[in-house]
Amino acid sequence: MSEKIIEFIGVSKTYGKTLAVENVNFYVNKGEFITFLGPSGCGKTTTLRMIAGFEMPSEGQILLGGRDITALPPHKRPINTVFQRYALFPHLDVYDNIAFGLKLKKARVVLEDEDGNRIERFEKLTRDEIAEKVQNALKIVDLEGFEDRNISTLSGGQQQRVAIARAIVNEPEILLLDEPLGALDLKMRKEMQLELKEMHRKLGITFIYVTHDQEEALTMSDTVIVMKDGNIQQIGTPMDVYNEPKNVFVADFIGESNILSGLMTDKFKVKFAGQTFDCVDDFAKNEYVDVVVRPEDIIMTDAVGGQLVGSVTSSIFKGMHYEMTVMVGKNEFTVQSTEERKAGETIGLNIAPDAIHIMAKEFTVNKFDGYVTKKNTVVFGDGEYEADVTQLYPGSTLDEEGYLVTKNGEKIDLTDVDVSVEVSLKDVDIDDSIEEANAVGSIISIIYKGDHYQVIVRTENEEDYVLDTEYLWNENDTVGVRIPSNKIRLTLKPEAQQK
Amino acid sequence: MKLHFSRKQLIIPYALFMVLFVALPLLFIVFYAFTNRTTGAFSFDNFIRFFTSSTSMSNLLISIGIAALTTIFCLLLAYPIAFILARSNMKKKHVLLMLFVLPMWINFVLRINALREFLGLTGMLGQANFFNTILGMVYDFFPFMVLPLYTTLIKMDKSLIEAATDLGAGPVTTFFKVTLPLSMPGIISGVTMVFLPSMTNYVITDSLGLGQITIIGKLIEECFGTRNDWNLGSAISLVLLLIVFVTMLATGGFKEEENGSRGAGIW
Repeated sequence: MSEKIIEFIGVSKTYGKTLAVENVNFYVNKGEFITFLGPSGCGKTTTLRMIAGFEMPSEGQILLGGRDITALPPHKRPINTVFQRYALFPHLDVYDNIAFGLKLKKARVVLEDEDGNRIERFEKLTRDEIAEKVQNALKIVDLEGFEDRNISTLSGGQQQRVAIARAIVNEPEILLLDEPLGALDLKMRKEMQLELKEMHRKLGITFIYVTHDQEEALTMSDTVIVMKDGNIQQIGTPMDVYNEPKNVFVADFIGESNILSGLMTDKFKVKFAGQTFDCVDDFAKNEYVDVVVRPEDIIMTDAVGGQLVGSVTSSIFKGMHYEMTVMVGKNEFTVQSTEERKAGETIGLNIAPDAIHIMAKEFTVNKFDGYVTKKNTVVFGDGEYEADVTQLYPGSTLDEEGYLVTKNGEKIDLTDVDVSVEVSLKDVDIDDSIEEANAVGSIISIIYKGDHYQVIVRTENEEDYVLDTEYLWNENDTVGVRIPSNKIRLTLKPEAQQK
Repeated sequence: MKLHFSRKQLIIPYALFMVLFVALPLLFIVFYAFTNRTTGAFSFDNFIRFFTSSTSMSNLLISIGIAALTTIFCLLLAYPIAFILARSNMKKKHVLLMLFVLPMWINFVLRINALREFLGLTGMLGQANFFNTILGMVYDFFPFMVLPLYTTLIKMDKSLIEAATDLGAGPVTTFFKVTLPLSMPGIISGVTMVFLPSMTNYVITDSLGLGQITIIGKLIEECFGTRNDWNLGSAISLVLLLIVFVTMLATGGFKEEENGSRGAGIW
């Protein structure tokens, strides 16, 4: 049974109004190599900085080996960090940089006095002890003989190694690494990945790593924590997150994916791209689902024998394989294979049941809380919309003064009545003209789903609109949101119904 | 027609300036310093006169003493302010900094006279000439210390501080082992900008010390003015120049900035 070394319990971190990390719960086992993976701004670095102690959680608890360290300052934590841009001390040489922590350290020494009593004392390390430890650390990072070198004379890779040596020489219980390979070139990065992995094996301490590079995460980690928007999306082994992504975001972020909308037609039967396939995931019949197929899991056959038939629109040589784009009806598939099919060819595609990953649709409908205004418009999602309020009371009409008249002839003033609003993903329109739009926001996420894009628009006050569109937008585009009045479904809130 | 300048030609105005306003005056000073006042012949007479006169020597010592005290007080006052300003998350902190630097933009004679009036009102004037002089010096040179300190501290990479605490250093250790050594360029630059000018600023000793304190700058002024002894004045100036040179050498002011210039050098 492995022992938890770090545990986050309901940890949130807000900077002013923005939420960097939201109610995060996870634990790290002793000796594990764990990686936080996610796009920039997902909260992974903030999480790491909270482990180091540079940031205090706004809410929640951080435990280290079961002890609450939420308020413990960084210099009292048995944790060392390798910083993103190394943060080596420019006024010290390599030796003094590495010895910095050792010189401050006090080790517990147990002595016996003349009467045989045991005395415990905290003593600074001797000069020789420090020298020996520094030598060892330099050996581990392969920089023997660099003791007297000035930091500014070192290459990026060498500085990187000094930064690692400076951290591990203190024999921390946990080593934190904040995108340490980001500044290195590709070849160097690959080498360092393997070296870090090897170092982890040799030292046997817990490594907590932060990166936005999915390949790096998969190569090195025992466990990967995928984050997005301050939330944990999935925790699992590299195999798990690659083969069994929990949601569309994880599938899209890790590796390449074909993501399509599907419908469960029966137990272990899913229909997408116009065909029904056998699958291994159990979902309720008639449920709309997202289907993820990895490009390398699609087998190309002759047009006759394929489950799907489509035409190749492009083919690119990628070194290890060819990458073909195949249009099947309106759906686009990316296929990777060592054999090439030329553009224009009509081919068949087969997908094995275990290569089809099915996940519940994250968004099926937009749901908002809103209220009715004096003018019988509805305010929700950071905007004001024309909507048909008579649907709140079946058979009702509006009189000239704006009162609602129910079918029993009752007059109701709807002003400020709270309503629940639902809008289908297909009925939200976005465009560039923000002046006359009902709401304005910027695009925070785009996921391609075979024949359309699923776009998430976030307004200034953090209201999200999810919509399906055929048109390609760019992330961070500012767009105006519009919804046709007959597409807005309103229901009374339970408390409003009692009135 | 287009005018074409080569790079070499562009140097001409600057070279001219240097010759006229730097090299020539320096040559004159050297000439006067090494010639006998009456005969006009080459001699070390002036230096001997300066170094054997006990009043000159005590003036030199007092100058160094005043300059040292001024520098120390300026540094002790300016460092905490620069440090707090550089670290704070305040949005308008450069406005606050400007308030500290603002006196620099008001005529210096006016400021000193104002201080003199103030000291007169409190009854301090004439009571403690040495103290008043130091007070005036600190008041006058304070901005020159704050600015370079603030620039170094604000440019300091915050992750270095984090790295120090990460490695087990508490706030005090972090300050003495990382912040202070890294702000050395700012300290040096501030010290040079305060120490040397305060050795010669005789306007302050005249106004606030009521002329009871003679510093080396005053001595030079007297030589060129009332005593009409250009040779001695030049010799003292050369000695002062030598002191400047030695202090610069000692503090490393001539060193090429090593790690990509930490930017504090107003020099």
